[in-house]
Amino acid sequence: MEDLTFRHRVRQRAGGAKNIAITGVVASGNLEVLVERTLPDAECLLEIKTAAHGFGDVWNAVIADFVERYSPGGLKFSINDGGARPDTVSLRLAQAVRLMEEDDQ
Amino acid sequence: MTLDEILASMFPDGHDVRNDSGLLYGLGTLRHGGRALVIGVANRSALGVDEAIRLSGYVLASIEKGSGPILVVVDSDSQRMSKRDELLGLSEFLAHLAKSLIYADMHGRPTIGLLYGRSAAGAFLATALATRVLVGLPGADPAVMDLPSMAKVTKLSIEVLKQKARSTPVFAPGLRNLAQTGAVHITWDERVPLVDQLQSLLANMPNARDRRDALGKERGGRLKAHDIAERVRGLALQTQ
Amino acid sequence: MSAHTQTAKFLAGRDRAASWYEASARKRVGLLVDDGSFFEFIGPEMREVSPHLQVFDLPEQFDDGIIIGRGRLDGSPVFVAAQEGRFMGGAFGEVHGAKLTGLLHAARDIKSMPVLILFDTGGVRLQEANAGELAIAEIMRAVIEARTAGVKVIGLIGGHSGCYGGGGLIAGCCSALVVSEQGRIAVSGPEVIETNRGVEEFDSRDHALVWRTMGGKHRRLIGGAEVFVDDTVQAFREAALELVRSTGGFGIDTLKAEQSRLEDRLQRFGTCRDAVEIWTAEGIPDAASIPELPADQFIPLADKVWRTGRDAR
Repeated sequence: MEDLTFRHRVRQRAGGAKNIAITGVVASGNLEVLVERTLPDAECLLEIKTAAHGFGDVWNAVIADFVERYSPGGLKFSINDGGARPDTVSLRLAQAVRLMEEDDQ
Repeated sequence: MTLDEILASMFPDGHDVRNDSGLLYGLGTLRHGGRALVIGVANRSALGVDEAIRLSGYVLASIEKGSGPILVVVDSDSQRMSKRDELLGLSEFLAHLAKSLIYADMHGRPTIGLLYGRSAAGAFLATALATRVLVGLPGADPAVMDLPSMAKVTKLSIEVLKQKARSTPVFAPGLRNLAQTGAVHITWDERVPLVDQLQSLLANMPNARDRRDALGKERGGRLKAHDIAERVRGLALQTQ
Repeated sequence: MSAHTQTAKFLAGRDRAASWYEASARKRVGLLVDDGSFFEFIGPEMREVSPHLQVFDLPEQFDDGIIIGRGRLDGSPVFVAAQEGRFMGGAFGEVHGAKLTGLLHAARDIKSMPVLILFDTGGVRLQEANAGELAIAEIMRAVIEARTAGVKVIGLIGGHSGCYGGGGLIAGCCSALVVSEQGRIAVSGPEVIETNRGVEEFDSRDHALVWRTMGGKHRRLIGGAEVFVDDTVQAFREAALELVRSTGGFGIDTLKAEQSRLEDRLQRFGTCRDAVEIWTAEGIPDAASIPELPADQFIPLADKVWRTGRDAR
């Protein structure tokens, strides 16, 4: 397994009241994203464990795009990846943020 | 030790255990009086619907009319792998055998498994693993799945599996691994009369709570199971 | 379905008409119980992953493939366990199994809360085979201890991985089972039978054969499951409610009734070579058409043939 870590400073805090959310399943071509609201408003962190080695640059690009679009400030993303394609990764990250943006606890 | 030697050594005061095409059934006289029901599987036989229903029948009849411990003596293959057995609902038959043994154990009929040969997968679950205390005899060869089959399913070579098995007792077959993970409580010494070891076990039977996960933790074979189960139980009890 | 449509459905779906088969374990649990009533024990944020997968260079899942907790079913408290069939085939590993064992122990001790087990499993996780097998043995015992204490343990089967191997044995220990068309219950899987006995004995690629032998409709008709439902969360929820209410206790009489029930089954069908023969022997007209029958026609037909007594299993 390969461990990857990405830290970004962002323009604003992710909205909503939820403190924790999870989406996805660790299956072939899929991934799970656990997100926790534990960081300062202008920071986000993504920690990835992946079975597919050597794709650091691809993750970097996907995450940079995601962070730019969603500004997930304050959120820590923990990911277990089963070899998902970039568009699936983007989908799950977006789902995760939207779950956090829900107002109910 | 052969099956006959094992039975003779366990019951020097006599027994009438018969081997009927791989199914064992009979009574053995215990050293301090009383008799034990003996059921089991011999000759590395597969456990299918026809066999399981007979064994559960013996257990239930004994619950009605008998007393004393129940010994489950095992040298089996895995469950019978056939279209017919699955068609007829093998899972229900094997579960029923396990249920009967567990029920007996919870109601004054302590169950002791004695593994002297092989047992695997579903047969293992329905017999040896459905007892309160599982004894292994040297030479016993329990397996969840044999390494060649495991190699096929995991798509790893047998050599790779054997190499990984050197660092953990958690997946490879064998008495030592099954003891370390908590499945096998004791291994008997075949140089000592089995009747003495049986008597000692009966005099010191643990109570009917399943402590295999604690045993696995103590022996270093399963470090998480006991604590996770206890944590969940504690959290769930707060529900009240 | 495109990824974007998937997102929309996922985010919109608080809907019990959803397919049980297509839903993740987490979605099944969320929709099965009363809205918002689910509280998880040792959730993914606790990160209690399997300690045995790294050596095989396999990815972990934060909940180790099983979700356990409590919720309410029509207002009444229940314990719930749901296996994720798409993680490691829903197979039982050390942590996965221990979560369910602990839940059943609590149910045994509390006595008044039923347990719903949402099975979706290929059996033992081979990478931790001994721990998985032991977990299953401990769970079987825990189910019987709970049932002896008066707890109803209801199994729900209808996911991708079916209910195979040791999972099938745990299911056989439950008070009652609900199964859908997609559900399968067996000890040995089709590929295992074929590998061991040859394709003449069992052609694992013959899906129709697999379903006739192990699938939901056959299990309902032969008595391997109490209730057959359509593939929706709503149908599973209603069946679970009904079984929690109506299922009997457990004791020596149950075991004796079960012994008779299984002996009768062997006597009646022990020489049948295929499910269609069995269904015909049960008096079903045009038995060969059963696999094609939609749920709403199959259910009343099955009820006419055989309503399970609640005194066995």
